[in-house]
Amino acid sequence: MRDVAVIGVGCTPFGEKWETSFRHLFIEAGALALDDAQVAGEQIDAMYVGNMSAGRFVEQEHIGALIADYAGLASHHIPSTRVEAACSSGGLAFRQAVIAVASGMEDIVVAAGVEKMTDVATGASVDTLAGAADREWEGFVGATFPGLYAMLATDYMHRYPLTREQLAQVAVKNHYNGARNPIAQFQQEITIDTVLKSSLVADPLRLFDCSPITDGAAAVILAPLERAREFTDTPVRVLASAQASDTITLHDRRDISTLDATVAAGRKAFSIAGLTPKDINLVEVHDCFTIAEICAIEDLGFCKKGEAGKLTEDGVTSLHGSIPVNTSGGLKACGHPVGATGIKQVYEVVQQLRGEAGKRQVSGAKIGMTHNVGGTGATVAVHILGV
Amino acid sequence: MSVARFWRKIPQRYNLIGTQCTTCGRYFFPPRTFCPECRRAGNIVDHKFRGYGTVVTHTVIRTASEQFEQMTPYVLAIVELDEGPRITAQIVCEPEEVFIGMKVTPVFRRIAADGESGVIHYGTKYVPAE
Ligand SMILES: [Zn+2]
Repeated sequence: MRDVAVIGVGCTPFGEKWETSFRHLFIEAGALALDDAQVAGEQIDAMYVGNMSAGRFVEQEHIGALIADYAGLASHHIPSTRVEAACSSGGLAFRQAVIAVASGMEDIVVAAGVEKMTDVATGASVDTLAGAADREWEGFVGATFPGLYAMLATDYMHRYPLTREQLAQVAVKNHYNGARNPIAQFQQEITIDTVLKSSLVADPLRLFDCSPITDGAAAVILAPLERAREFTDTPVRVLASAQASDTITLHDRRDISTLDATVAAGRKAFSIAGLTPKDINLVEVHDCFTIAEICAIEDLGFCKKGEAGKLTEDGVTSLHGSIPVNTSGGLKACGHPVGATGIKQVYEVVQQLRGEAGKRQVSGAKIGMTHNVGGTGATVAVHILGV
Repeated sequence: MSVARFWRKIPQRYNLIGTQCTTCGRYFFPPRTFCPECRRAGNIVDHKFRGYGTVVTHTVIRTASEQFEQMTPYVLAIVELDEGPRITAQIVCEPEEVFIGMKVTPVFRRIAADGESGVIHYGTKYVPAE
């Protein structure tokens, strides 16, 4: 297996992009990444595109070829593959690209993610997202995606000392970070009161506990480490790539409040990289809901079960804390175009490791982690990057 | 949900018929034809669940998907059946009445409708036990 490096990254601003089409969103991110890597289109050997549901959001399938075509690569006939794993589609696309380069099959590979969610009404998007869970045995009886995470939160708060205010602090922290990120959907700070006074979506989760509906795309370029310096002076190494799965339904899990797939993928990633949680300078976790960030911090091993609320309240996970979590603003404030999120996490970590994160720079960051979840935890991808 | 897909599931929706692996004793609902524990050594037979259970966790859905928009707010829970398997189901009670540990029994009710004059879907909901 060859060592793999990220040689370029690009990301569109996230938000409601009424004026931009699905294909143009992707092209914008791809062009930024190629430009960043100083790679010409004809040097690309393969593409992997994470996308959850273009079929339902924009009624377009077969997007691997569509995107290669609009990237101007139709005449090069490169392999272009769509990867789907609900909200972890981006993380899995990145992993497929890593595997392609590590194996020696391909050299210069694009890993991208794109989702255009605002072309349908809210009810329809809620229904589409519910497809990330079990349609027949969760969605059919009226379970929404926020509803499932709400049941996780009810279970968690019944068993562990997590206060409603500590949960709100996750959103407050992520909006603080988002306010320092020029691509974030929400760039304004909020208070605990903002969260507690927002409307209930699924008890105990309120509107400001939930990540938004977002349009956006992100792309990164991978190369074998030995060739990375042909393109960039600041290659970022992929130190570990891990993926795990679990039951599709929340109710069949061993423990409702623990994402065993996160535990498994996290342990595997640390083992591959020969690192421990103490070695990580920053982590982008999958905070589709505030409770999801609480679980992620614990399940990845940054603290014991039941301690993440206190950790958040004490500022340990804030931008200037000892383990900054979601410096991009996370899914909550940066936005969550589902298929693009896993790639945006890599984009953020690469910016941090290169020292290019501006007002949200974690000083001296050398090692970062990404954690991308599909559904309520049925798929998890964890990556560790380093310089 | 399409009509075909709905009717295909009728035995499970109307009767809580699942399966049991007689090798290890585990019960499955919805039915599995392959025991994750015993794998090829498993022996799967049908099992009709009594349907009684206990609320493990719960929420109140206030923003729903299209088919359920007219039913909000409604109580949703994970129920552990007495035989062991867990299912997700609506509880017919007021939002403030549901609690972890609540004993519930099944009832046959309307689950959702496809629009104003669309197909009405029926299935199992739960009510607080006596
Ligand atoms: Zn068995």
